[in-house]
Amino acid sequence: MSVKIGIPRALTYYAYYPVWKEFFEGLGMETVLSRPTTKKILDNGVKETVTDACVPIKLFHGHVLDLKDRVDYIFAPRFVSVNNEKTVTFCPKFLGLPNMIRSSISGLPPLIDIRIDLKKGRTELFKICYRLGRQFDADLLTIIKAYMRGLKAQARYQMLLNQQLTPVEVLNIMEGGEQPVQNTKESLKFAVLGFPYTVYDKFVNVDIINKLHKLGIRVLTAEMVPPKQLLSQAKKVPKNLFWNFSNQVLRAALYYLDNAKVDGIIHITAFGCGPDAMVDKMIELEAKQRGKIPFMSITVDEHTGEAGLMTRIEAFVDMMVLRRGLS
Amino acid sequence: MKISFPYMGTSHIAFKMLVKDLGHEPVVPPKPSKKTLTYGTQNSPEFACLPFKILLGSYLEAIEQGAELIITSGGAGPCRAGYYGVLHQKILQDLGHDTKITVMESPYRDIIDFLGKIRSVIKPGGVSWWTFIRVFKKAWEKLKALDDAEILSHEIRPFEISRGETTKVFKKCLDIIDEAYTLKEIQEAAEVTKKMLKSIHQDRSRRVLNVGIVGEIYVVLEPFANLEIETMLGEMGVQTHRSIYLSDWTRENTGFESKANVIKAASPYIDELFGGHGICSVGHTVLYSKKGFDGVVQLAPFTCIPEIVAKSILTQVTHDYGIPVLTVFLDEQTGKAGLQTRLEAFVDLLGQKRDVIEGAAMEGIAI
Repeated sequence: MSVKIGIPRALTYYAYYPVWKEFFEGLGMETVLSRPTTKKILDNGVKETVTDACVPIKLFHGHVLDLKDRVDYIFAPRFVSVNNEKTVTFCPKFLGLPNMIRSSISGLPPLIDIRIDLKKGRTELFKICYRLGRQFDADLLTIIKAYMRGLKAQARYQMLLNQQLTPVEVLNIMEGGEQPVQNTKESLKFAVLGFPYTVYDKFVNVDIINKLHKLGIRVLTAEMVPPKQLLSQAKKVPKNLFWNFSNQVLRAALYYLDNAKVDGIIHITAFGCGPDAMVDKMIELEAKQRGKIPFMSITVDEHTGEAGLMTRIEAFVDMMVLRRGLS
Repeated sequence: MKISFPYMGTSHIAFKMLVKDLGHEPVVPPKPSKKTLTYGTQNSPEFACLPFKILLGSYLEAIEQGAELIITSGGAGPCRAGYYGVLHQKILQDLGHDTKITVMESPYRDIIDFLGKIRSVIKPGGVSWWTFIRVFKKAWEKLKALDDAEILSHEIRPFEISRGETTKVFKKCLDIIDEAYTLKEIQEAAEVTKKMLKSIHQDRSRRVLNVGIVGEIYVVLEPFANLEIETMLGEMGVQTHRSIYLSDWTRENTGFESKANVIKAASPYIDELFGGHGICSVGHTVLYSKKGFDGVVQLAPFTCIPEIVAKSILTQVTHDYGIPVLTVFLDEQTGKAGLQTRLEAFVDLLGQKRDVIEGAAMEGIAI
């Protein structure tokens, strides 16, 4: 029987799942993904995590618990950097994630908590993969093959994202699902920005994207901005933020604000999120300064109710419709 | 030019002198108050941390007093404090103030930028680099004198015979240090204040508990932010030892641990620097435990990311070393009475724990 590696469906799953899945499978292991978020997963996570943590971290704990008894290893790497931007790293909670998990949950299978710090050099990702491969006694050739397989999957993922699909849709296609049909009748375009793990976790944000679709809104997200365009927004801010995902959100906001391709911007943030407190205010001030595109911020937590959120979205949409003179 | 700076603990006394020595007019923001907090919370993001809000409030108060330039420190993350300057500036602009904020980033990162910023301050004041170095050293000496007096006050407070006397004397000490101007006067003031504090009537036969204070730098240093927790604990008969002082890195051999030592102590639990003073909170707790302290209080602003990570790791430290840790998250809503109750309960438990250990020691039982 092959070794089972558990991958939690939370945090970096939405950005880097394909490369790790294919890499581990290339090494001849089986990957097990935790189930999509449910009330139970969230509740279990809430029970184990320190109260002051944000909901995405609680969810990560929940997903680890979901995998705990089903796998031989849990993949919870320490993300330090994913590109060569010098001052950019991840939220401190990502940096301390494996330690938080170990302190909070007892009886865990071994964690694969390898440190991912790609700003060290171009070959760093291969070195990480090599170390991982050696840990499981794979030979060099197998590791290289698995590494290439991972990169290829990640490249395909990026290519599909560029076709204006959300990561969830892309991951679905990569698993053999069908390409979603784009609704051509949609009249308004909204940018829905936020960390991938709050924007795409249907449970925690009460499926806001589909709700907007049903109201006839076309949703654009940060991942749909071509990476080059995203990077070129950096010069508009006096100092880069320190957090990888936050930079993406802020840059996407600037891109959508300046190219005026959207009718409104919605920022989804988790209650008590440290980096987002800064990002949210930055977007608000930038939007105010330009005075063209309305901005709304929505805070989600473990108690977010559907009705309240729906009222706010409907009100926002109604205003946009009025403003545009649409019916 | 009218120059202001962040208000943090007693450091404004030293900064005031420095700005004056550089040929500018210092604008000392008023001691943070309800008004500061109201100004701050009104204009800050909801989930910004308490230091962000207090600082923004005190900048606005300094602007009311005519400040034209605010000098503050930067940072390289991933703690939010490194981004304060940028966002504060944007918010001030949005409110229609043209006061500039100069952010001093680490000289190790960009030495030219660092020197350029110093030059932009000392040149209009007509001060040479030589003088700058001299007056900076003098200000540093003052900062040390201030911290020394504070350290001593926390040692003495639990033994004082009439409650509140240490606090009164300490305030007088601050005035004396404030008045000292030349290097010699500052050194004299340091001696005088030490004597004044030591001559407070004390009952040395009291049994006092030892509590270490760890956490995020601003709320640890600024009594307004931490609701004067060290005074409160002192008056409950607890000797507090604070892990952070501004003048830290020159006093490694006076009972203070070097940063390398602290990080080493934390390494079995976490070997990644995760921003702010997170790793120090873990390391110091381990060290306090090894030194036989009765407990540790961790102070952090609400939503402080590094301290949340530290808190979840500290549960493991408590488990391994048996040291009780009380984490206090502070925000604009925290009330003093509530904190007092929590501290009393914590101190009671620490006292009982000490009784059990001492009782067992007398009967020769190993625990």
